[in-house]
Amino acid sequence: MGESFAEAFRHAAWMMVTLDPDLLEIVGLSLRISISAVLAAAVLGLPLGALLALYRFPGNRAVSLLVSALMGLPPVVLGLVVYMMLSRSGPLGVLGLLYTPAAMIIAQTLLVLPIVVALSRQTISALWREYEETMRSLHIRGLPLVRTMLYEARFELATTLLAGFGRAIAEVGAVMIVGGNINHATRVMTTAIALETSKGDLSLALALGVILLAIALGVNLAVHVLSAWGDRQGMASTA
Amino acid sequence: MRIRAFIAIAALAAVATVARAGDVIILQSTTSTQNSGLLDHLLPMFEKRTGVKVKVVAVGTGQALKNARNGDGDVLLVHARDAELKFVKDGWGVDRRDVMYNDFVIVCPKADPAGIRGMRDAGAALKKIAMKKVPFASRGDDSGTNRKELELWKAAGVDPTKESGGWYRETGSGMGATLNVAAGMGACTLTDRGTWIAFRNKGDLEVMVEGDPALFNQYGVILVNPKIHPHVKEKAARAFMDWLTGPEGQKAIADYRVNGQQLFFPNAPVD
Repeated sequence: MGESFAEAFRHAAWMMVTLDPDLLEIVGLSLRISISAVLAAAVLGLPLGALLALYRFPGNRAVSLLVSALMGLPPVVLGLVVYMMLSRSGPLGVLGLLYTPAAMIIAQTLLVLPIVVALSRQTISALWREYEETMRSLHIRGLPLVRTMLYEARFELATTLLAGFGRAIAEVGAVMIVGGNINHATRVMTTAIALETSKGDLSLALALGVILLAIALGVNLAVHVLSAWGDRQGMASTA
Repeated sequence: MRIRAFIAIAALAAVATVARAGDVIILQSTTSTQNSGLLDHLLPMFEKRTGVKVKVVAVGTGQALKNARNGDGDVLLVHARDAELKFVKDGWGVDRRDVMYNDFVIVCPKADPAGIRGMRDAGAALKKIAMKKVPFASRGDDSGTNRKELELWKAAGVDPTKESGGWYRETGSGMGATLNVAAGMGACTLTDRGTWIAFRNKGDLEVMVEGDPALFNQYGVILVNPKIHPHVKEKAARAFMDWLTGPEGQKAIADYRVNGQQLFFPNAPVD
């Protein structure tokens, strides 16, 4: 087994150094799908999280509880639901989206959305205790309030989106069902790893896993550097 | 003049009935054809010849048939003859044709814990496995291989599902994943020869039983019924079926080797 690990790392390094075209395609598709899903979930989820944090309305608690519970939804269940919706025999079958990257983006968006809503609600609730008085005295309400609070919480929210990205890029159950793991069409890192494992090529599967980890590391590092830079800019302008 | 116009129209009509380059069809197929590398060998040739692109969804035969019933595919390449004939009889598919065959083998750890090495009678071998309670990894996923395995148990007069969770382990996953389980826990399992030969993590598993006519494994191709699912790309799908069962496809199947061994044997009826 020790040999397999060494071989996997050598294999991973070799594929990255030689820029294996199949690997690039799979990595590119993984990033495209998961980043699109996180952006879509941000557009939908951040305002929703802020609304839940800032406004009391009937059902607020119930919705918050439901959203938190959905964070634990197994990707394969969600994949199955999206499959049943998008199947030719399903209600949205006429769109012909099954086994396309679009279907995978839809599934991952729904997977990431609860994380974005629940964590952004929590972040903004905490921040609101600090800002409430100021906002009231400035008579900031409605949409401008949501916008201001999201802006003030932007660094914490970046971490929230990273958590969402982590869930999206790492899951295999949903994209396998709605994407079908079709070569040169819907094959992503995780489904490729599952395929190589089932071929018994464990070192190649592990090598792909190493590369997946490297990519996740890269994305996290990029966001970290960006927020640190933004932080400095912010401090410079207030100084 | 009139004749020329007629010829031109006939030619146009002929072109119109042929699959167009740029068409994309979805093939619902089994894990064995993908894990063995056969489809990676065949499809580029077909795509080059016709310009039709084939997208493969590789799942167990049971799930492939269900997906096709839902209309989520244009053509099937699977291996469970009875289930296929029922699929056609129920109207979900049309024009089923034999394509190729190989066989199943029973593999066990080298030490041969069940004492079945060299047996030709698969049923008798399974009986010995059950008697000695040697761990057996079953697909347990309603795939073609799983159906064949259950048939063999039934013929041997053993109901292994009573022992499920004991020596009988249902993995509920594909052939490769199940071979990984068998290699990992030192179990016996039934596998198609194609996946077995191409499999890279055999551990100390070896073929124990082969050559029983009951282990025959027939693959068939079926068109998803376009009358039920009008979005099915019938012409492109038929082009694929014709190529696969025609001289070029059949030769390509026979030519496919892994480590010098032939994995699949073409046997489409010649018309």
